[in-house]
Amino acid sequence: MPLLALAGISKRFGAHRALDGVSLAVEPGEVVAIIGRSGSGKSTLLRVINGLERPDSGTIEFDGKIIEPTGHQLKALRREIGIVFQSYNLFPHLSVERNITLGPTVAKGMTLPAAQELARRVLAMVDLEDKRLTYPQQLSGGQQQRVAIARALAMEPRLILFDEITAALDPELIGEVVRVLERLAQGGMTMVLVTHEMGFARRSADTVVFMHEGRIWEKGPPAKLFGAPRTPELASFIDAILSVDPAAKRRAG
Amino acid sequence: MMTRSFGTPEFLYLLKAVPWTLLLSLGALLGGGIVGLVIAILRTSPLPVLRWLATGYIELFQGTPVLMQLFVTYYGLAVVFNIQVDPWPAVLLAFTLYSGAFLGEIWRGSIEAIPRPQWEAAECLALSFPQQLRYVILPQAARISIPPTVGFAVLLIKSTSIAAIIGFVELTRAGQLMTDATFQPMIVYPVVAAIYFLLCWPLSLLAQTLERRIDATLGVSRHF
Repeated sequence: MPLLALAGISKRFGAHRALDGVSLAVEPGEVVAIIGRSGSGKSTLLRVINGLERPDSGTIEFDGKIIEPTGHQLKALRREIGIVFQSYNLFPHLSVERNITLGPTVAKGMTLPAAQELARRVLAMVDLEDKRLTYPQQLSGGQQQRVAIARALAMEPRLILFDEITAALDPELIGEVVRVLERLAQGGMTMVLVTHEMGFARRSADTVVFMHEGRIWEKGPPAKLFGAPRTPELASFIDAILSVDPAAKRRAG
Repeated sequence: MMTRSFGTPEFLYLLKAVPWTLLLSLGALLGGGIVGLVIAILRTSPLPVLRWLATGYIELFQGTPVLMQLFVTYYGLAVVFNIQVDPWPAVLLAFTLYSGAFLGEIWRGSIEAIPRPQWEAAECLALSFPQQLRYVILPQAARISIPPTVGFAVLLIKSTSIAAIIGFVELTRAGQLMTDATFQPMIVYPVVAAIYFLLCWPLSLLAQTLERRIDATLGVSRHF
């Protein structure tokens, strides 16, 4: 049984059709990479999954239960689904440790010492044990993004969403974040990522989803999608990505 | 009647009125702070009725002269309790309501200055709306709001001079009394003004320093 199942999700912003009948199933332990041009609906899809946007139609099933995106159920869902944003969105007034312990203590009722122990554990997973007591603005972008990943992990979610988390980073900082992602993928975490890191998608994703005009245009294992795109839209997208960014080409290998 | 001239006893009389100016300002700031916090939170509430109530309050008190608010409170209390009211509770209440409107508006702006993604990040950690406010939004908004709040305190200290009109003896009223006694307005009032200046100037400097310091810290932490 899939952990997450979207069926017929549509969402409009005014006249713009952001999502147009999207259906997608994510199995436990699966890593799904969503690719596509900006404005193709990728980020909206992630925001719909964890209730930041309410779809106009369609259903979201998590762990076999249909989720009504209101109050109580939504809060329960948020404990199960983590999200990491492009601009990190760490809380600048809180230390790295407090950023991480806030959710577990306030929303899940964990004691502070237990949450601090947990913070040490998740910081070790992103190689930042020594930054526990620093503040976000003292860290590099790559480090901030790894703290954001640790913050999501501390909620012990069953699914983590990643919304273009390397897009705001300087090129030399992307590698350290991608390595953390790869480690999580190998560890069996269920992940849905919107990403431009084709190298990561090729190596670590079980499934690649190409979105175009609010629809899932192509979907399949990375070797198949990258090796033999069936539609001209995907072929030209891959060309465009690899030609504009030589670094991305190198990482794509 | 003998006229006195402005000397040390007259100056001391003015100084003895200063605590009342400060007490009124401080009381209004504290009371207005509580009213203002409620107003600011209501203004950002998801419920439209609460937002309208808070907006109505702010518009009413920002759109009428503080002197009229003072008269209405003073005579209003007198009518309601059917007695000659002591000026102190009336001026304190009037300036509390007045401050509540201004602080509410200042703090609403500070809350709204916190970027939307901060709310979302808190929401995605399963925090409820009050928890988002308490742990993530208000602590950050408080920092932003310190300079304009101190700025308002300066304004408030000067505004309390209006209380003189209903006979509350604070600094300005003391000045009027000394002018009546000495017939030397051009000595008394500059001295009164100088005392106000000495009360307000350090606060203005403080506001400017805080503003620079907060800009410096927040400047690094915001990346959009």
